Amino acid sequence: MGRTLSEKVWDEHVVRSTPGEPDLLYIDLHLIHEVTSPQAFDGLRLAGRPVRRPDLTLATEDHNVPTVDWDKPIADPVSRTQVETLRKNAAEFGVRLHPLGDENQGIVHVVGPQLGLTQPGMTIVCGDSHTSTHGAFGAIAFGIGTSEVEHVLATQTLPQAKPKTMAVTVNGSLPEGVSAKDLILTLIAKTGTGGGQGYIVEYRGQAIRELSMEARMTICNMSIEWGAKAGLIAPDQTTFDYIEGRPEAPKGADWDAAVAHWKTLVTDEDAVFDRELVLDAAEVTPFVTWGTNPGQGAPLGAAVPAPEDFDNPQDRVAAEKALAYMGLEAGTPLRDIKVDTVFIGSCTNGRIEDLRAAAAVLEGRKVDEHTRLLVVPGSVKVRLQAQDEGLDVIFKEAGGEWRGAGCSMCLGMNPDTLEPGERSASTSNRNFEGRQGKGGRTHLVSPLVAAATAVRGTLSSPADLAPVGADA
Amino acid sequence: MDKFTSHTGVGVPLKRSNVDTDQIIPAVYLKRVTRSGFEDGLFAAWRNDPEFVLNNPIYSAGTVLVAGPDFGTGSSREHAVWALQNYGFKVVISSRFGDIFRGNSGKAGLLTALVDEKVVQALWDYLDDNPGGQITVDLDAKTVTTPGGEVADSFDIDDYTRWRLLEGLDDIGITLSHESDIATYEGSRPAWKPATL
Ligand code: SF4
Repeated sequence: MGRTLSEKVWDEHVVRSTPGEPDLLYIDLHLIHEVTSPQAFDGLRLAGRPVRRPDLTLATEDHNVPTVDWDKPIADPVSRTQVETLRKNAAEFGVRLHPLGDENQGIVHVVGPQLGLTQPGMTIVCGDSHTSTHGAFGAIAFGIGTSEVEHVLATQTLPQAKPKTMAVTVNGSLPEGVSAKDLILTLIAKTGTGGGQGYIVEYRGQAIRELSMEARMTICNMSIEWGAKAGLIAPDQTTFDYIEGRPEAPKGADWDAAVAHWKTLVTDEDAVFDRELVLDAAEVTPFVTWGTNPGQGAPLGAAVPAPEDFDNPQDRVAAEKALAYMGLEAGTPLRDIKVDTVFIGSCTNGRIEDLRAAAAVLEGRKVDEHTRLLVVPGSVKVRLQAQDEGLDVIFKEAGGEWRGAGCSMCLGMNPDTLEPGERSASTSNRNFEGRQGKGGRTHLVSPLVAAATAVRGTLSSPADLAPVGADA
Repeated sequence: MDKFTSHTGVGVPLKRSNVDTDQIIPAVYLKRVTRSGFEDGLFAAWRNDPEFVLNNPIYSAGTVLVAGPDFGTGSSREHAVWALQNYGFKVVISSRFGDIFRGNSGKAGLLTALVDEKVVQALWDYLDDNPGGQITVDLDAKTVTTPGGEVADSFDIDDYTRWRLLEGLDDIGITLSHESDIATYEGSRPAWKPATL
C-alpha cells in the first residue's frame, strides 16, 4: 500500500523503532526563542551536557521584544532578563542567534523560511505551537515543551508516537478578494477547535496548489487552532521557486539532488488517510471571528449569532460566555462592529505579501479617526523589503504606525497591548480572552479585512470601501 | 543524573499533611530563568516561623524529608521538585504523594519512597528521640532503616522509575543510551540538508 506524504517524511526520520514504544525521531532543525528555552539550557548545564548539534539549531528574539526603541535596553525587567539569558546561552553553547538589531531578527516562523532553512521533507521543532507554519514546505513541523527543548538540544532527537493522518482537500479556486486566512478560519469554524486533534493534516486540492508559499504558511500556521499536531502541504514548483537562491538553500549539484528528492514527497495514489474532509473553495467568503476561540467565526456578511443558534449545549454555553466577554449582542451585523485597534502582523500574516495586500487597500485612503492602526512586520527583512517598496509610506500616510519586527500585539508580552474593553481586528491567530491584553477583545481577520476595517472603523472588506478619490 | 543506589543522611520531620506544590514553592518564585536557585522559595510561607523545622540548625544539613500524607498534590510545576533538590533533599518519604509530583520527581532524580503510614510515624518518633539522626534509604533493597535499628521497613516504588534511578537515567539519558543509533542515522543524512553554522 502507498504512503501519505507525512508518513514518508516520518519514516525518513526514524532513528529507532521498538514495538510498544514511541519512535525516536531525528530533528533536522531546532528553532529557539527567549521564552521557552532558558530552563532547557540550564538543565543541560546542570547535567554537564553540550548541545549535540548547534549546526542544526537557530535562535532568534521575538516574543518579548519591543517594536519601538529596539536599539535601547528593554524596559521591562523580566523580558530583559529572558532576552539576555538567551544571548548568554547562545554564546555559551555555540548556537547561532539573530538578536534584536540584527537584520535576520524576527518571528521565528518568519525567519526560518526567509533564510531558506525551512525545506521540504524536514522535521522541524520549536518551543512554540505555531511551528506548524513550516509544514507549508512539506515538512513535519510541530511545537514542543521546555523539557522537550532540552531533549532535542541534548540528543537532536525526540521520542514521538506516530499521529494519525488526515487529508483536507479544497476543490476549486478561491474567489477574487478571498484569502488563505478566510479559508483557514472557515475550516476551523466548520470543524471546531478540536477537529484536528491527534492528526497530521495534509492540505491538498486545486485551491491549495494555487496558493503562494506565504498563503500556504498562513494555512499551516493555524493548523494548531483546530487542534492538529501539524499541517503540511506537498512541495511543488511554487515551493522550489520560493527556496531557490535563499541564503541557506542548497546550491549547484546539491540543489539538483535536493529537488530530485523533494519531488518524491507526495502522497501516493493508493495511500489511505485515517480521515478525509472536502471543502469547496468557491463557497469561501471574507471571514471573521466574533467569539473567544478561533472556531467562533462567521462570514463577514453575517450577523453575530445567538447562543440558541447552536444545537450542542456546550457550544451554546461557550457562545453565551463569548458574547458577554466580547460585549456583543446577537443579531448585530458583523459589519457594524466598531473596532478601536487594527493589528497587522504575527507569524500568521506578518510577511511581505500580507503587508502588500494591506497597503494596496490603504493606498490613497485614511485610517478612521477613531481607529488606531499598528503594522508590525514579521521580521527585520520584511520591514526592510516593505520600506524598499514604499509600503511604510503608504501605512504612515494613511495614519498607521509602522513598527519594528516581533510578535508584538499577537500575544501582548511586550508593551503593545489592548486596554481593557478595547476591541481589535487582528491578523494574528488567537482570540482568547485577554490574549492581546487584559480585557481586550479580539476579532481575527485577514490582512485585506484588517486594512478595510482600519479605513471604515468597523469590520469591513475592501469591497465595502468607496473607490479611492470618491467622497467617503 | 547521578546513579542512586543507597543514601544515608539527616532526616527532617515535616509533620504536616497535604503539603501541596504551592506550599512547596509559591508561584511568585517561579520567574527564574534557571533550573537552580529555587531553594530560596522552598516552603517560603513557613520559613519566617522560628519554630519551622528547617529553621532548626540541627536539620540544616537535612537530605531525607519525612512528610505527612498527600505530599506534592496540586499544580504540575516541576519547580517543586527542583526546589527540594536545590535545597539538598535526595529523598522524600511519605505515605501518599501527588501523582504528577511523583512523576516529575522520578524524571528529575528525586527519590519518593512510599511507605505505610505507621513507618512515617515510627521515623518521626525516632527523630524526636534522636534529633539530627540519620536515615538510610536503600533503593536496591527498597528499605528504610535507622542506624540503631529503631526503624527497619520496606518502601514502594514502581520498577521502571527504580531502574532509571539505579542506572542514573533521565529521559535524555535513556535516549543517549541509544547514541550509536543516533550517530548511525546522522551518518546517513544527505549532505544537502541545511545547517545553521
Ligand atoms: S506571532 Fe504570535 S503566534 Fe506567532 S510565534 Fe509570535 S506569539 Fe506565537
